Amino acid sequence: MNPTDTSDPNYFHRVVDCQWACPAHTNVPEYIRLIAQGRYTDAYMSNRESNVFPGILGRTCDRPCEPACRRTRIDGAPVAICRLKRVASDLRGDIADRLPVIPASKTGRRVVCIGAGPASLTVANDLMPLGYEVVILEQHDQAGGLMRTNIPAFRLPAEVMDEEIATIVDMGVDLRLNTPVSSLRSLLAQDFDAVFIGTGAPRGKDLDIPGRHESDRIHIGIDWLESVAFGHTDSIGERVLIIGVGNTAMDCCRSSLRLGGTGIKVMARRPREFFKASSWELEDAEEEGVEIIVNHAPTRFVIENGTLVGMEFQTLEWDEQARHSTVASTVVIPCDDVILAIGQENAFPWIERDLGLEVGDWDMPVVDPVTFQSSLPGVFFGGDSAMGPKNIIWAVEHGHQAAISIHNHCEGIPVSVRPPQGSNLVSQKMGLTEWSYHNDYNPSARQRMQHVELTRRFQSIGTEVEVGFSAEQTAREVQRCLNCDIQTVFQAPLCIECDACIDICPVQCLTITENGDEADLRTRLSAPAKNLDQALYVSAALPQTGRVMVKDEDLCVHCGLCAERCPTAAWDMQKFELLIPLAVSTPVPVPT
Amino acid sequence: MPSIVKPSVTHPGLERNALGLSIRDYEGGMSTLCAGCGHDSVTAAITHALWESDTPPHMIAKLSGIGCSAKTAAYFARGAHGFNGCHGRMPPIATGASAANRDLLCIGISGDGDSLSIGLGHLAHLVRRNVRMVYVIENNGVYGLTKGQFSASADVGSTTKRGEANHLQPIDPIFLGLSVGATFLARGFSGDKRQLVPIFRAAMAHRGLSIIDVISPCVTFNDHEGSTKSYLFTRQHDVQMTVTDFVPPAEEISATIPSEGVVSIPMHDGATLRFRTVPDGYDPTNRMAVMEHLMSARGRGEIVTGLLYIDEQSSGLHELGNTTEAPLTQVPYEELCPGSAALAGVGFR
Repeated sequence: MNPTDTSDPNYFHRVVDCQWACPAHTNVPEYIRLIAQGRYTDAYMSNRESNVFPGILGRTCDRPCEPACRRTRIDGAPVAICRLKRVASDLRGDIADRLPVIPASKTGRRVVCIGAGPASLTVANDLMPLGYEVVILEQHDQAGGLMRTNIPAFRLPAEVMDEEIATIVDMGVDLRLNTPVSSLRSLLAQDFDAVFIGTGAPRGKDLDIPGRHESDRIHIGIDWLESVAFGHTDSIGERVLIIGVGNTAMDCCRSSLRLGGTGIKVMARRPREFFKASSWELEDAEEEGVEIIVNHAPTRFVIENGTLVGMEFQTLEWDEQARHSTVASTVVIPCDDVILAIGQENAFPWIERDLGLEVGDWDMPVVDPVTFQSSLPGVFFGGDSAMGPKNIIWAVEHGHQAAISIHNHCEGIPVSVRPPQGSNLVSQKMGLTEWSYHNDYNPSARQRMQHVELTRRFQSIGTEVEVGFSAEQTAREVQRCLNCDIQTVFQAPLCIECDACIDICPVQCLTITENGDEADLRTRLSAPAKNLDQALYVSAALPQTGRVMVKDEDLCVHCGLCAERCPTAAWDMQKFELLIPLAVSTPVPVPT
Repeated sequence: MPSIVKPSVTHPGLERNALGLSIRDYEGGMSTLCAGCGHDSVTAAITHALWESDTPPHMIAKLSGIGCSAKTAAYFARGAHGFNGCHGRMPPIATGASAANRDLLCIGISGDGDSLSIGLGHLAHLVRRNVRMVYVIENNGVYGLTKGQFSASADVGSTTKRGEANHLQPIDPIFLGLSVGATFLARGFSGDKRQLVPIFRAAMAHRGLSIIDVISPCVTFNDHEGSTKSYLFTRQHDVQMTVTDFVPPAEEISATIPSEGVVSIPMHDGATLRFRTVPDGYDPTNRMAVMEHLMSARGRGEIVTGLLYIDEQSSGLHELGNTTEAPLTQVPYEELCPGSAALAGVGFR
């Protein structure tokens, strides 16, 4: 293999599994260390830089970082990254003096964002400090988008959301509530330099089977959740069937329990291992007594005398991959209400089709996945409206990228010109065997989130279920982080091949051996490198024998012992900092 | 001194030996030696050999005297017995331990100061008695613990870190062993575990005394340009006289090794040693020939490594001294102390 090119920010970025997996590339190990030091406000601001809504995301994020976490490969359970984010948010101090200064004199550039969800708010967050005037048009009487309408208050308290949204709006955003947009054409005719569309995926999929339109007790999941969020719906029948088993279904079943439901069943077509819902959301629902029933496919609503009395299902038997099924029997399950939570779609009835805005498959606008510009220059998309339903953290990242594009567009720079990622590497050596970080491995198990007791949590839909980590839990959980951003950096010319690093490594990461191609090298290491997703770090030829130092990045716990036992400091522990380009990091244009 | 103890976390795919133990179970305390010390690599090689040999840790006795090398007995096999004796006095203690329990695997760890200066006399007699033990000399040519004076193994012309040359003749433990009848003589290099681990495994299977002289560079006082025991010098002058394969008795042998230049020596316990000799006709069982090879190599300034000499025929301490087969701890009191009447029977005549 050729020596690893560590000047490419992507190399060490990939080693920080959580940061690499996060769409917004939040610097997770850094903020966890800040929490460990009690610097909650610093930890919050570190988060905010990339993900904008630490308090919201600390409760609701889909957590792509956690399945990626190296700790899972070490002891089977990832660091509770999301919960620690909430700790930073809950315990932070005032951040007013840490927010970017908004220029009093504006550049004259005007941007309009449609929908006040996370994507639009991120665009505003990134452009306001550059002297833009940002107008956000929102159809409801509160901002937040699907965060407000679809995430129940027992998971995300309104105060948390209000505060983080206010931080952005208070930058001077012109937020116009109760202002639905009915025509893109008329908006384009107005005096805006760019249009950003962050309208989400607001249409719940329907299930057109017999009986569907013969009762008013059949609800579309996201519409029903919205109606609950705004207080229009405050009760439901005792027996409720939820059709579908994604995260929306989990929110529907748990909300039903708080509005009078007692026998709640979630009906799934396929076996459990094929569910779409996050495992923790399934667990939380089952803890509350929701019954999850697998292998049932709905066939019709049973209506008697104009009243919904039940639903008929076929029970299915699946092959091993759950691709083909055979019908075993037919059953009717009695119920008072049915909530359909089988997916969401985009809907753009307000975009005229003769504007030159290209629309592709499934009636989705054609959006560049890098620049987020549509085929109509100056019109940008982000969040669920750009790429279909994803989640909040993706919407935030789309917003960041769209903000860069909008800034380019307004400055006359092609949107395809993207500011490059950079990186810093700084030695963490404080003394002969002393590091600036806590390098010892802590064998603690993942901390379990405490929940409000069952009897109390159903009294009000606004009672937040998760109580947050205690100080003791936080203290333990932060030490489970393996500091993957503190990189092992090797300088081949210094190595005398004494083997000290190889002997001391607790997880057999290191090998000095003759060079070879990657497939061959992976079999010849101290422990075979079977995880092909994790890179091999290969040095230049070593001075004494011409062999190479190879590090399998897979299981390194970043304890720094290789560097401590190295007599020539060929190994060093260096903190990797990814410099993420944002619109705010580009030069501020001179006001005209 | 490292900031932390080696973390207990292990590679999830860590292999187990026949006893169900992982290599981590053969580790010891945290080394307090200098970073990069050759001795730590020797420790790692011993750890590896013990694990590969499925040795029960409680059947190991670690013995040492004084010096940096003597400390290393604490750094492997934390479940083993151990005795840290006076400077140079490890051989008699080892002799006693071995005589009392022939089932113990005695591992003596010594250095060039402990073995070739203050303890030279004891070492020679240990060799003569052919005590069944593995005797490791971690040889770095300097007294590291007292800040880098020449030891008795320093070569003529090699220099201290400050540049003063040594004029005294070195003592070579291999020549010493050949001259007093050693039955297993090997030299290795701490920077080459591929060679060192099979040598240790062979030494553990040998029924007499095995001496392994390991060039183990002192990174702090003897790893400079004037040293003949530095990492670089050893790598530049290392001539592997034999390539050793250790074939344990239980393992099926499927590899085909070309018969040309291969010497197979059956060991006492049924294992086999296979030598692929690098120079033509090198016979590791012929003491005269070995002596001649080593002498001429020394004249060329070469550091000869490998398992250099082996004699599986000579009797060891237990045969020569007719020691008890059962460990003394398991011999009943009545037999250990037969009483006054029996004593009277063997009384002075």
